[in-house]
Amino acid sequence: MTRWEAVIGLEIHVQLATQSKIFSAASTAFGAEPNTQACAVDLGLPGVLPVLNHEAVRMAVMFGLATDAAIAQRSIFARKNYFYPDLPKGYQISQYELPIVEGGQLEIALQDKGHKVIGITRAHLEEDAGKSLHEEFDDLTGVDLNRAGTPLIEIVSEPDMRSAKEAIAYMKKIHSIVRYLGISDGNMQEGSFRCDANVSVRQAGQETLGTRTETKNLNSFRFVERAIDFEIDRQIAVLEDGGEIVQETRLYDASKGITRPMRSKEHANDYRYFPDPDLLPVVIEPEMIEAIRQQLPELPSEKASRFCKQYGLDTHDAENLSISREVGEYFERTVQDTDAEAKQVANWIVGELTGALNQDNIDITESPVSSSMLACLLDRIEDGTISGKIAKDVFRLMWMGEGDADQIIESQGLTQITDGSEIEKLVDQVLQDNPAQVEQFRSGKDKVFGFFVGQVMKLSKGKANPKQVNSLLRQKLQ
Amino acid sequence: MSISLEEVLQISYLARLHVDEEQAVQYAADLSKILAWVQQMNQVDTRDIVPMAHPLDVIQPLREDKVTETDQREKFQAIAPRTDRGLYLVPKVIE
Repeated sequence: MTRWEAVIGLEIHVQLATQSKIFSAASTAFGAEPNTQACAVDLGLPGVLPVLNHEAVRMAVMFGLATDAAIAQRSIFARKNYFYPDLPKGYQISQYELPIVEGGQLEIALQDKGHKVIGITRAHLEEDAGKSLHEEFDDLTGVDLNRAGTPLIEIVSEPDMRSAKEAIAYMKKIHSIVRYLGISDGNMQEGSFRCDANVSVRQAGQETLGTRTETKNLNSFRFVERAIDFEIDRQIAVLEDGGEIVQETRLYDASKGITRPMRSKEHANDYRYFPDPDLLPVVIEPEMIEAIRQQLPELPSEKASRFCKQYGLDTHDAENLSISREVGEYFERTVQDTDAEAKQVANWIVGELTGALNQDNIDITESPVSSSMLACLLDRIEDGTISGKIAKDVFRLMWMGEGDADQIIESQGLTQITDGSEIEKLVDQVLQDNPAQVEQFRSGKDKVFGFFVGQVMKLSKGKANPKQVNSLLRQKLQ
Repeated sequence: MSISLEEVLQISYLARLHVDEEQAVQYAADLSKILAWVQQMNQVDTRDIVPMAHPLDVIQPLREDKVTETDQREKFQAIAPRTDRGLYLVPKVIE
């Protein structure tokens, strides 16, 4: 049987978080009434001139610097010509030759714990198109041009990924970087972060690339993964059947979980790029690049390695805690406020907290359990007031808004029993109630020990200090 | 270098220009002549010449990131053939 290898490259469109559009002074705010933020420039009315937004340039440079790319000191804008109702000028202003960012790279963590470097071919500045609404009218399409002219960077990767999982890891890394840099909100539901996937397959060991397809409009990590997996399976099936892959654009249908061809082949588009005569070459002085470099925040990989060094965390925890600036800040605030070990704090954030956030599908900034509340809870474990097990119950109650750790421990009577004589009473009770098991233990069946611990804990409603229970049981059973 | 009838029809399709067959034959001949004329430039050695992106030797001024446009939807939509609830309406296009 032939072994197949998938080759994947991604084009990621990132909306930049500027106030105004890339070539006009209209607002980019999401969710306004249709066409109230589309000015004469965005509508492509005669006689208007685009003027480039300084902030869009600065943000693109930040991205380039964060991915070790070269920043073009001189770059130009081009017209990409095609007809569609949500593109009023009949062309999109983009970059073709001389993009602003070229030749970057970033490292992704692989599933088997290794790392892999993914190349970034280029990242160029361009304007977004408007939105076409097909559902609301019979035989008509409604056009909202509020989004027209919103600045984007299109980030084109090298075909360096070999599985949908790798593609997702790369995409998440880009997502994390643009959010760290503060150059995009990365909101996928609102379309601020979108992805097209180029997929081909070839026989393992083959040098040349197979014919690729491009799947468009993937606006969630899960869809990207499913669409790529579907495309890989589809292409392998076609080839194993003796067929050929057609180079084409395909659309992902999320409801069916399939991709299907989008544009008819006979009129293959030719965008007829040419330099936009309305825009002059953009020159970025080395001083400007240097000034931007000075302002770069700590990036995910830098934060992760600092967490490893400064707090003695393992790579896995460090990477999880660096997933966003907010998570990293939450972690460091908690560490500062508690006597517990950083490792313990990391476990709670990566475990309980992240689990609860995912379950309620909310962001850490909206967490009902603040970093100081978590710190206080960890202090109560540290000072022996409660056990780690009870702490999980307290955490859930805090999550539900029942108050802070101290209030809950007080009102629920959860304080750990550390009084030796009290624990001794419980231990005696359990041994007295289970003579058969005591006999088993004494005849060498060590496993029964766990049973006794469990019984004592149960009797104490989880409040007995497990360490003391253990040592008392050992003493009594000797 | 010559341009074929098919290429003329393909370009007119992409540019959404209606060109009938008879005109297309003429265009193919005319465009071929123009290309042949441009072709002469290939004789010039341009290895060290940076392609000109713009005839003016100035650089792009940058605009401060500030919203100064106000909503003029009513004005703009007054010249649109059809609108509804703030949307511009066009014949159905869906791929």
